[in-house]
Amino acid sequence: MPPEPRVESGRRSARSATSQRPRIGIVKFASCDGCQLTLLDLEDELLAISERVDLVEFAEATSRRSSGPFDVLFVEGSISTAEQAEEIARLRAVTARLITIGACATAGGIQAIRNWFDHDEIRAAIYPEPAFVESLAMARPVADFVAVDGELRGCPISPAQLREFLVALVSGRRPQLPDEAVCIECKRRGVVCVAVARGIACLGPVTRTGCGAICPAYGRGCYGCFGPRESANTVALAEWLSDGRSASDVGRLFSGFTAWSEPFRATIDAHGGPPGPRRQPPEPGDA
Amino acid sequence: MHDTAVPAGSSGDLTIDVAGLTRVEGEGSLSLRVRNGTVEEAHLEIFEAPRYFERLVVGRTPDEVIDIVARICGICPIAYQMTAVHAFEHGLGIPIDPSVRALRRLLYCGEWIESHALHVYLLHLPDFLGYASALELAKDQRSTVEAGLTLKKAGNRILELVGGRAIHPVSVRVGGFSRTFRRSELASLRRPLAEALEIALRTVDLVAGLDTPDFSRSARLVALRHPDEYPMNEGRIVSTDGLDLAPTDWPVEFHEGQVAWSHALQSHDRQERPYLVGPAARLTLAAGQLHPLAAAALIQTGLAAEIRDNPYRSIVARAIELVDATAEALDIVDAYQAPDRAATRWTPGPASAAWATEAPRGLIFHAYELDERGLVAHAQIVPPTSQNQAAIEADLVDFAPRVLDLPKDQATHRIEQLVRSYDPCISCATHFLDLHVEDVS
Repeated sequence: MPPEPRVESGRRSARSATSQRPRIGIVKFASCDGCQLTLLDLEDELLAISERVDLVEFAEATSRRSSGPFDVLFVEGSISTAEQAEEIARLRAVTARLITIGACATAGGIQAIRNWFDHDEIRAAIYPEPAFVESLAMARPVADFVAVDGELRGCPISPAQLREFLVALVSGRRPQLPDEAVCIECKRRGVVCVAVARGIACLGPVTRTGCGAICPAYGRGCYGCFGPRESANTVALAEWLSDGRSASDVGRLFSGFTAWSEPFRATIDAHGGPPGPRRQPPEPGDA
Repeated sequence: MHDTAVPAGSSGDLTIDVAGLTRVEGEGSLSLRVRNGTVEEAHLEIFEAPRYFERLVVGRTPDEVIDIVARICGICPIAYQMTAVHAFEHGLGIPIDPSVRALRRLLYCGEWIESHALHVYLLHLPDFLGYASALELAKDQRSTVEAGLTLKKAGNRILELVGGRAIHPVSVRVGGFSRTFRRSELASLRRPLAEALEIALRTVDLVAGLDTPDFSRSARLVALRHPDEYPMNEGRIVSTDGLDLAPTDWPVEFHEGQVAWSHALQSHDRQERPYLVGPAARLTLAAGQLHPLAAAALIQTGLAAEIRDNPYRSIVARAIELVDATAEALDIVDAYQAPDRAATRWTPGPASAAWATEAPRGLIFHAYELDERGLVAHAQIVPPTSQNQAAIEADLVDFAPRVLDLPKDQATHRIEQLVRSYDPCISCATHFLDLHVEDVS
């Protein structure tokens, strides 16, 4: 697992002599654009941030482009094609600190569910001419390809954590990104436990905080979109969840946006794999 | 990223490639093949890595599908959630409380405000004013960009309150919501929405006065229409040439096909013609149902016909819809009565489930087959951009000859601006613009 962002460490700075502002890039691979959108969603701070950093590459927001070098590069999305694998290696070489943002970049994302299934079958099920569509057999997190200096978790990332990271960056300190369970945040928020009080399946005990415990606060169980926290005891939680649920329904609970990260992945394997085409062959006319 | 190829000259035959289209959501490029000054072919290339969503939802419960399909697009997750939830409720025959219906319309208004304000102020306005980004525009016109951000934030406030968070909201469930909302909670939206409505009205004046390239074409426009309200969650599929279909019946008239240059499937109608969905289609087909404030703003611009015929005017259509969505959201907040329960109870089972709604970028259609256990056996998801792709290519073939005599960078800018006017969401269609012009003489 990649370490926490270390703002003060990293390779030699790419800052030019004429500008003290860090050169920041934001790029994406296979993803929904939601994590980079989180920067544009900092409506109150966006203009102030853009004055303190030099946003040299952010194709969603500006026509000016840069292929590096970068002091900090935020990377969204999982690596799903051979071109993406080449591009992330190139970007790593021109980047001082590479920060993965969001469940796709840090854990593979929802598209990593396909890693359990036959790639050709999946491709043929969607595209009449599968040969036109090139992708790797698996959708994988960025850290499987290059060294990563830090990460922001979540599907999507938390605006508060992004703000904290950027403030720490421009002020030269370490960002405060806690690794505690959603349960702790949930208690702090004063939410009645949905698992204990209502019997709702909840991944709060094994999931890293950062979202604000939204799901329990909105009357449903946590679905693990910030991924497993350090030393998450998924074995114990899965056993508890097995009371009144089939093995496949327990596996289903972990088969979300961070399913490919350990120990969620092992828990899914121990329960027969994620829901999907392998266990449920398509109808003859399905494609 | 591809390097931008520089054409040899404006006369004769050449190919323009725009590699790495910016200020759109996702990645794509554009190739034009030109022979003797005539554009023979335009390919909008969408090379976003495929994510295979229609396969990822197989074996899932309807509520899981609502969480998963949101991830198709970070800019318009509600469109995917709404289309799916309506499809399941219609297919399974689940009645919905009128207050839940109002909350869903409010949520959709929030997404329209967030998405349209993003596009108008941060993605498209810089094109008209000659800036590379809204951040650069803000150096000269800070108050304009700040107003746009305030408007956008009002949309996100709705999403955060009713959905739990602005991106990938969590509250939408089959039968209703995961929780109820008190009247007093919704009242907290009143002040930001009132401010947003003022900004939206000023936005109409701002964008209606923009210097706009002269371009006119006749496209087949397709949208939902509802007798009592501007189309979002419900309505019949209608067109500028008399189509009238139930929202479940999209496949009766339209179909998807694959082209070699794109990872997004392209849609055509039964006669293999392109068609266009989106704000201009909605305004042309459903202006009669606009909120009175938006209807008055549209009349004041005098641009209804240009919105229909000139894609560069879509920024005006979005501004009118910003007025509509903020005014409607205010009305919903004022009239809201909390439902008795958060969601209607329902029983999983087999069903054929289909529905169409209006995403900010246009009509979106989903169809699901649920098996005996109530799990998805098959899914079809048709986003707006994949429907528009063929029409965008057709418009480029029409438009590009006018700019081929311009210097390369100016021609590219004009063409990019045109492509951006459709607000293509390439991560949902699935990438953006590198302009390639190929000389084939």
